Amino acid sequence: MQKILNIIRGLGFRTIETLWRFGAMVRFSGLILLHSGMSFRRISLTIREIYFSGVMSLVIIMVSGMFVGMVLSLQGYDTLQKYGAQEQMGVLTALSLVRELGPVVTGLLFASRAGSAITAGIGLMKATEQLKAMDMMAVDPIARVVAPRFWAGVVSMPFLAALFSVCGILGGYLVAVLLTGIDSGVFWGNMQSAVDVRYDILNGVIKSFIFGIAISIIATFEGFDAEPTAEGVSAATTRTVVTAALSVLALDLMLTAFMLRTSS
Amino acid sequence: MERKTYDLWVGIFVIVGFLALLFLALQVGGFSEERSTKTYSVEARFENIGGLKMKAPVKSNGVLVGRVDDIHFDNKKFQAVVTLALDTRYQFPKDTTASILTSGLLGEVFIGVDAGGDEKNLVQGDNIKITQSAVVLERLISQFMFTKASEGTDKK
Repeated sequence: MQKILNIIRGLGFRTIETLWRFGAMVRFSGLILLHSGMSFRRISLTIREIYFSGVMSLVIIMVSGMFVGMVLSLQGYDTLQKYGAQEQMGVLTALSLVRELGPVVTGLLFASRAGSAITAGIGLMKATEQLKAMDMMAVDPIARVVAPRFWAGVVSMPFLAALFSVCGILGGYLVAVLLTGIDSGVFWGNMQSAVDVRYDILNGVIKSFIFGIAISIIATFEGFDAEPTAEGVSAATTRTVVTAALSVLALDLMLTAFMLRTSS
Repeated sequence: MERKTYDLWVGIFVIVGFLALLFLALQVGGFSEERSTKTYSVEARFENIGGLKMKAPVKSNGVLVGRVDDIHFDNKKFQAVVTLALDTRYQFPKDTTASILTSGLLGEVFIGVDAGGDEKNLVQGDNIKITQSAVVLERLISQFMFTKASEGTDKK
């Protein structure tokens, strides 16, 4: 009997804890929006953060985009040529990159490259009591430290996702035209007639924008909420990557369900 | 020194990002090609439209001249009514025929328009009188099977 009670108690504790953290995160995002004024008035703060999370992620994003596009093209050729439809390779590569892989893989990479760095940075500032020192000097740490990092993430994500897609399509083009010998006019022509600017490309950009918001909120919240010890910071960094990756995938499912035109 | 390098790199990042979006819109999406053209709409009635969908191409001699704008069902005459948005650059005679075709055996369904010999041209709101419905593969096959079967019984 006591065991069962303990299990139920544990479940209740977990539920309350999760709900409490979620509520804290929502309040935290409200605070970020409330204190965002400074990150636009002193734009150099935000630019510095865009440099650290956006520009520094460029290389990994572009290289992985290239590889993903190439693999997609090779695999697509293998299957499509069985049906004699290898002219559709451009369509396959472009649609899967622009609609899904671009935003999602960029989100995952961004969460692990920039999100973890944001969490570790803020967590370390908390552990070394820099945030408290700011508070003492009447500088709001949310306005000075958190909001610029949040906006930098939101601004960087759509650009990074677009770059990922472009590099992937160029990689796919290289494989398709040079390796498998598909005519480049056919490759681009079929792609252009199948990809719709509004329904495919714009929706991809909207997706990456929403992922950017989610990842930035999670990363900054986990950093701000971290236990001020070395162990706490490392645990928070891990939580950032796990939570951000899962929420990107879950959000992607929801957004896709809303965006797909089932009947045209 | 610090601040200027950050500004420079972020500037490059933003420019490259916008170029990427532009590339997606122009080269991948083919944005420049469509939407700018003016169209006039013409109705055509079919007995059966098969797998025709909205936005399907309208082709004349294989050249894209317009798109399917609307498909609805006429409940009085029990016919499918298809509205075609034709490019104003292309004018067709009044007695033009429209038929529903398929590119290849399993390819996309489109409407083929063959020009007639009338001196007047189709204008906005006109009807295409001569139409040919889609060929439904299942019906063809069953027809073929039934004729084969009846041939078989005749011989006996």
